[in-house]
Amino acid sequence: MSLLEITSLKLAIGAAEILHDVSLSVDAGQITAVIGESGSGKSLTAYCINQLLPRGSHAQGHVQFNGQDMLALDEASLCQMRGKDIGMVFQEPMTALNPVQTIGAQVAETVLIHGAASKPEARKIARDTLNRVGLPEAEFPLNRYPHELSGGQRQRVVIAMAIALRPMLLIADEPTTALDVTTQAQIMDLLKRLVQEDGMGLLLISHDLGVVADVADHIVIMRKGKVVEQGATAHIFKHMQHPYTKALFEASSHKPARMAQPEDTPILEVCDLIRDYALPRKSLFGPAPKFRAVNNVSFTLKKGESLGLVGESGCGKSTLTRAILGLEAIQGGSISINGQEVLAGHKVPRALRRNMQVVFQDPYGSFNPRHKVARLVSEPFHLLENAPKGSARTAAISEALVAVGMQPEDADKYIHEFSGGQRQRIAIARALIIKPELIILDEAVSALDVSIRAQILDLLAELSDKLGLSYLFISHDLSVVRAITDRVMVMKAGEIVEEGTTEAIFQTPQHPYTRALLAAAPSFEDLMQ
Amino acid sequence: MKSAFKVPGFSIGFILAFTFVAAALVSFIWTPYGTSGVDIVNKLRPPDGTNWFGTDHLGRDIFSMIMVGARTSIAVAIVAVGIGMLLGVPLGLAAAARKGSLLDEVIMRGNDLIFAFPALLIAILITAVFGPSAINAIIAIGIFNIPVFARLSRGGALSLWTRDFVLAARVSGKSRLRISFEHILPNITNLLIVQGTIQFSLGILAEAALSYVGLGAQIPTPSWGRMLAESQTMVSFAPHLALFPGLAILLTVLGLNLMGDALRDLFDPKLRRDRQ
Repeated sequence: MSLLEITSLKLAIGAAEILHDVSLSVDAGQITAVIGESGSGKSLTAYCINQLLPRGSHAQGHVQFNGQDMLALDEASLCQMRGKDIGMVFQEPMTALNPVQTIGAQVAETVLIHGAASKPEARKIARDTLNRVGLPEAEFPLNRYPHELSGGQRQRVVIAMAIALRPMLLIADEPTTALDVTTQAQIMDLLKRLVQEDGMGLLLISHDLGVVADVADHIVIMRKGKVVEQGATAHIFKHMQHPYTKALFEASSHKPARMAQPEDTPILEVCDLIRDYALPRKSLFGPAPKFRAVNNVSFTLKKGESLGLVGESGCGKSTLTRAILGLEAIQGGSISINGQEVLAGHKVPRALRRNMQVVFQDPYGSFNPRHKVARLVSEPFHLLENAPKGSARTAAISEALVAVGMQPEDADKYIHEFSGGQRQRIAIARALIIKPELIILDEAVSALDVSIRAQILDLLAELSDKLGLSYLFISHDLSVVRAITDRVMVMKAGEIVEEGTTEAIFQTPQHPYTRALLAAAPSFEDLMQ
Repeated sequence: MKSAFKVPGFSIGFILAFTFVAAALVSFIWTPYGTSGVDIVNKLRPPDGTNWFGTDHLGRDIFSMIMVGARTSIAVAIVAVGIGMLLGVPLGLAAAARKGSLLDEVIMRGNDLIFAFPALLIAILITAVFGPSAINAIIAIGIFNIPVFARLSRGGALSLWTRDFVLAARVSGKSRLRISFEHILPNITNLLIVQGTIQFSLGILAEAALSYVGLGAQIPTPSWGRMLAESQTMVSFAPHLALFPGLAILLTVLGLNLMGDALRDLFDPKLRRDRQ
């Protein structure tokens, strides 16, 4: 008998049927990973276990946990079990902690709620648990506040809260999605260690096959509320049966075919670029202290080339982008676009900005919800002196939409009528409409499901072949960068630490930081062989 | 807006507020009796079939006076909210567009200054200096609406300035002024409508208070606040004199507040989900 046994679980929210016949199990001391794209029902399956379901939902079937039927329990008994027998770790460590309470108080709270110990004992348990998750007392006393910690450290606190009472089952819902690759690897190691030490079961929910491949004992693949395939990890990787599983694996390591050869003429040259931010004043008089976000960065991007910029959050890649896009003045060095130079103390002028457009990460935040697609897509026309009007404008909008695989009729719709992948196509259409030579892709596929991501990468490759576009591809995701770029730069703390052709960087990384990044990057290629 | 009427609070509030707006509009073409003539023979009559709300100490029909009084209240409140929005919203948008700049500081500290004064006392001061009249009451109430809308729009705008679609507009070379009106303003209208309803009801209360102390609309313009003030000495033997203008103020303000609450719930997706 497994620790957790879900058999033919059905879930309906209102009239919508979300889960159909989901069956899976988690054994003590084992890691079961549930993989699926957004809307596959993987998170709701987990919420069925501790009955944290949204209002109006109705679950049928059997959820046997430690011999008890969770669906039959009342709220009071469930409260007894939540946090004590079943721990939970959420995706977003920035919001999962209460900002006005110390980390010690929040970890001790779990212990106190269940009356497991007196106050001083609870503090001791909190201390021990924080030590176990890798937050030693010397650096992380109990009276630290969440805002004093980094994302990875906060996620460790969240994990400490979940395991303080040594639960039998831990549910981790996308625990590393919001974290950098190196931090992600550390958190996965921590979870794996805790499972071994405590002999608890771990239900790991993720959209990323690479992340779970190394740690999971058992993999469950879900799609549209159904389990399409499950089995031991090694077995699944070697003998996958279901076409969806195969498609998912292929999409994860998808490499679009690119034909275009970069020319020798540079389109963008950045030379010793410096970008300083003024920090809050420390005293009433005297200059405000400065933070150098970009330090002496130089690189060249050729026509038709796709250049990758890789780095973890806070490395200065977004600041660099904003300077190139002319949103902020630079403090040192120069930026040349098509041979025209912009010097320190200036912003990139309008005439040069016409050559560049940008696609952002979040397909949901990058459009004004109150405008129709036609108006959204045509916004960059503002940069042109003689923007097309009337039927020429409509024709340009249709052309841009068709180029990204959308219909001309979509111009009359509002953005909320489209899915994430479609929105990202519309974002690319917006970037294309003034026919720029360079498109900056700022984490443009990071928020998309793997199958959609593969389609968008294909689209980008096709567009660069057809229109001779150059890309500056900014991402934290190494596998994506590897798939679409000719050359890669690795950025750390405002400086470029390594630069070279994509294959050279991935095959023979020179800088220790590049090596660390590559080592931490999730990959399942070894398992496939 | 169709779904707004499914919320009970909104329907009740809308009916109450609409009744008074309708009464004010109808009063331009028809009232049961005139409100300027004095008819001493019929003074202080309790409510009956001929005078639905009774008559006052000069024999004027109270129902007619409340209808005409609604005009004053509504006009003062509309113009006062209008002043607040027309000046406050652009100031707030400008402050948000140049966050942390000298302009932002000047605008927001100016707001703090106005907020620091007790509103009604300053309104009394203004009307005392420039003479009591409905116009001066409007200006006084309007000035205190400016910082309310300025702060609200600055706060709403600040969170929008960090969004990617605003960044996309900047990449398209649009100026901060243009972005403020094209992208920011349409996305904070919900906030402004809700606050507008609440300020509207506060405006009606403020007008009544100013008229009560004799600093609002002057004789012979009927006003709910002054009707209350005049009834003060006779309330022991003619309670209907105070009852009806009091009820008019209460129901209008209640109606507007119900509408405001319902609209806020409706515009806030989180609250909407909880209600279902």
